[in-house]
Parts: sequence; structure tokens; C-alpha cells
Amino acid sequence: MMDKMIFGRYLPANSLLHRMDPRSKIIIIFLFIGVVFLANNVPTNIILVLFTIFSIYISEVPIKFLFNGLKFLFWLILFTFILHILFTREGDLLIHWGWIRIYENGLRQGILISLRFAYLILVTSLLTLTTSPIEITEGLEKLMNPLRKIRFPVHELALMMSIALRFIPTLMDETDKILRAQMARGVEFHGSLKKRVEAIIPLLIPLFINAFKRADELAIAMEARGIEEESGERSTGNCIGGRRILLLL
Amino acid sequence: MEIIAKDVEYRYQINTPFERRAIYNINVRIEPNSYTAIIGHTGSGKSTLLQHLNALLLPTSGEIRIGDIVIKAGEKAKHLKPLRQKVGIVFQFPEHQLFEETVEKDICFGPLNFGVAEEEAKERARKALKLVGLPEDLLKKSPFDLSGGQMRRVAIAGVLAMKPEVLVLDEPTAGLDPRGRREIMDMFYQLHKKEGISIVLVTHSMEDVSQYADKIIVMHRGTIYKEGTPREIFSSPKELVELGLDVPETIRFQLKLEEKLGREIGKPSLSLEELVSNLHLLKTGETGYDG
Repeated sequence: MMDKMIFGRYLPANSLLHRMDPRSKIIIIFLFIGVVFLANNVPTNIILVLFTIFSIYISEVPIKFLFNGLKFLFWLILFTFILHILFTREGDLLIHWGWIRIYENGLRQGILISLRFAYLILVTSLLTLTTSPIEITEGLEKLMNPLRKIRFPVHELALMMSIALRFIPTLMDETDKILRAQMARGVEFHGSLKKRVEAIIPLLIPLFINAFKRADELAIAMEARGIEEESGERSTGNCIGGRRILLLL
Repeated sequence: MEIIAKDVEYRYQINTPFERRAIYNINVRIEPNSYTAIIGHTGSGKSTLLQHLNALLLPTSGEIRIGDIVIKAGEKAKHLKPLRQKVGIVFQFPEHQLFEETVEKDICFGPLNFGVAEEEAKERARKALKLVGLPEDLLKKSPFDLSGGQMRRVAIAGVLAMKPEVLVLDEPTAGLDPRGRREIMDMFYQLHKKEGISIVLVTHSMEDVSQYADKIIVMHRGTIYKEGTPREIFSSPKELVELGLDVPETIRFQLKLEEKLGREIGKPSLSLEELVSNLHLLKTGETGYDG
């Protein structure tokens, strides 16, 4: 069920993008995000589309796999697109059909926002697909090194990030397991909206409880391996794991 | 109820780079009122096979018949819910699925989902709790205030209260203390004998297997390696050891002894009683050997 989810997942391979220094990848992504929000006309968007396609190409991630994994996010994009074209009331009126009025600016905004969403999702997925969590953490840590001078807890932050990334697939697996256990007890995760909402509770509560337990165990394991001494700070290990995992949920 | 699998194959994450064949070429028949044990090394596909028995996983090729319902690979399966009532699964660490405010509500959850009336569900909860050996006053407690062993029992009661015809157990006693293990395994056996519930048990405990099961299925690398009665399976212990599996303690003892004596002393001993009688025969039957 959760099989097709690829967000935060690493796909081992040996493509150009895999071999690239994680620091460069991270910097490029930040620049890219900046550019994405600046781009608001056709030529820049064409460049962005080409860039995205090029990155997918050199990552050697199978396209079908990528799109299948991000299918549910495309629903989100579609939803924002529809909201935009329905509720932006500026520019020339293009279509007037019953209560539906589509304006020129709405259409433009809709397309632009959807494209932005798509770039961001695709390119950030590529980062996690081609870079192992350890590489990402190392990259971030090195990049943020100068911040140490202003006593910024770089190491802790990097650790928190790697823990967060590391636990995405674990939590996915766990969700899957609980899902099946509850299905065996007669819960149906399909059907009417009311039914589906009701079915969430037997899924979420065990998931939260297990996540907290896991966070606790992780904190203890980390302390046992002397992580707090390395960072030279009093451990808030419990909070690190707990807060992170809570955020993830 | 009978379950028949025909040429079942299952691939995880089909059509992704992570695609992996978990089981293949599976042909099994779970007979009505039988006690089947599935053994195999970690990763041999036991748990995957189990989940096919109540259609939580649908085969990617082949077909499976559960009672009167036939599930064919590639066909859209419908009406799976009644099937899940008939085949109850106790997963590994079932205590991870508890979520209600009280033990009673949690046990009632399954039966209520399958359309049992509230009064009846409560009655079943009371009985199921007794069956798993917990006192009735726990009913109003929160499941999260219980000990690990008690939580396990409550979770098992939750499945029993569904009154399944086939009970599928995935290492139900993993992580329990020896006495708890014995009690729970005995309880399942009683259910099997008295109420005629079929049991399919996945376990690493060869003692449980030899003591309770009437049929053993040995899984190896995703397919069935061998099947037969405990006597048949355990009569070639070396083969099992090569598969990374264990044999019951009594057989291990017998093998060591036979090695020392340089000859066989009788049939493989599936229980302590059989071992004793074998040893007895050794002492009285043949002379010239000091046991």
C-alpha cells in the first residue's frame, strides 16, 4: 500500500547525479528554489522545465517509478490549480458557465503555481533519491560549518535532519503493518469519506505510540553510544527524537 | 473451512526498481480442523504467505481459494471483509495494534466491525479475556497501562472475539516469558481441539511444532521446500540444519547420543515421553552397550 511512496527514499545507483558532491546538489537545489519563485514568464519556465527534465534524465531514476511514487502529490497540484482558476477574479473573463467564471489571471496563476509545485517536488525528490541520508547530512554539516562561529549547533541540526530522513521509510513500514493488522480486524480503508475518517483513528494512535516509543529507545541508544558527550551539551535526546518524529507525522 | 493455494506468487513493489519476489510456486492446502505449522529461516516468505490466507495480500499470479471465495491474480477482488472475519490473523507483536481507551472497547473493535451487536460483542470480550487468562477487572482499564505480556494477551483476545474459523498465528509468543508461552500455546491448542478451529502457526520454536502440529510446511527462499507430518519432517534433521533451521531438543539429544554410540536408538523422539521410551528400549532391549 505504501509501497509506491518514494518521498524521502534513497535509490542506490551509480548515475552522474548519484556521484555528484552532496554539497553541490544542496546548493543547486536552494538556488533552484530561489529561481522557481522568481520565474513568472514563459521563457524562464521553459528553462526550468528543461532543467528538471535534464536532471531526471541524468539521475537515471526510472521515469515511471518517479511518477507513480508522486502520484498523490499531483492530486494536490490539481487541487491548487482548480482553486486558483475558480477563485482568482482578475483580468479578462475567459469562460462563464453557470456559477463558474474563469479569468485570465486565474488561469495564469493556476498554471504557474502548479508548475512551481511540480518543479519543487520533482527536484527535491531527486535529491533524496540520489543521495543517501548520510551524504545529505554530511553535506549540510559541511555547508553550515561557518555558522559554528556564531555558536550555531550545526552538528545537532544535521543529526536531527538525518534522524528525520532516516525515519521516513521506517514509519512508512510501520504504517503499513498497522494498516494490515487493523484490516484483519475488519477496518476498511476504502469506501465513504466518513468510513475512511473513522478508520484513521485505529491507524494513527498505534502509530503515534510506537513512534514515541521508538524515539525513546533511540534517545537511550544514542546516549549509550556517547552522542551527548561528542556534542558537548546536555542531552535533550528524548526531545530530539520525539520532536522530530512528531514533526514527521 | 478449507484454504487452497494454487501456484501462488507474490512480488512486493511490483513495477518499481525495488520489485522483489517474496514467494513463488506455492501450492498448499489448509484442511478444515487442522493444525499446520510453517517453519523456515527469516526471510523465507512465511509472513507473506500468511497474509494471503485472509486476502490482505492478493497474489500477483496464481489463485487462492478461501472457503467458497476464489481470488485470482489480476482480478479485482470484492467482498473480502466477511473473509477476514472467518480467517483471523494474530500478527507479530500484536500489541502494537491496540488503540482504544479500554481493554473492553479494544476487544470489541473487531466484532463490532463485522456487525456483531454491542451486547454480544461485550459478552464475547469477557469470554475472550478469560480465554487468554486475564482477570475480568482489566476490561475497564486502559490497554496502555498493562504490562507487555498482558497487552499481547489482550490483542490476541481481540482476534479471538471475532470468532474466526481459521486462526493464523505469526510467532504469537515471541518475546514472552517461558510460562506465558506455554499458557498461550496450550490455549490455542485447546481452541483447536474443543472448538474445531483450524490453526496455522508460524514459529521458530521446534518444540511447539513437534508438540502441536499435525502438518509441517518447510519454507525456503520463498517457496515450499518440503511438507509432511512432524515425524516425516524431523526424521531428516540434518537437512533442516542445512536450511538454517533447528530441530526439537529431544531430537537433538537423541542425535548426539546416537553419534556417541555409533548407531541409531530408534525413531526420532518428538516429545520427552518418546525420548524416555527410546532410552528405555535402549537399556532393556540390547545388551553390550552402556547408556
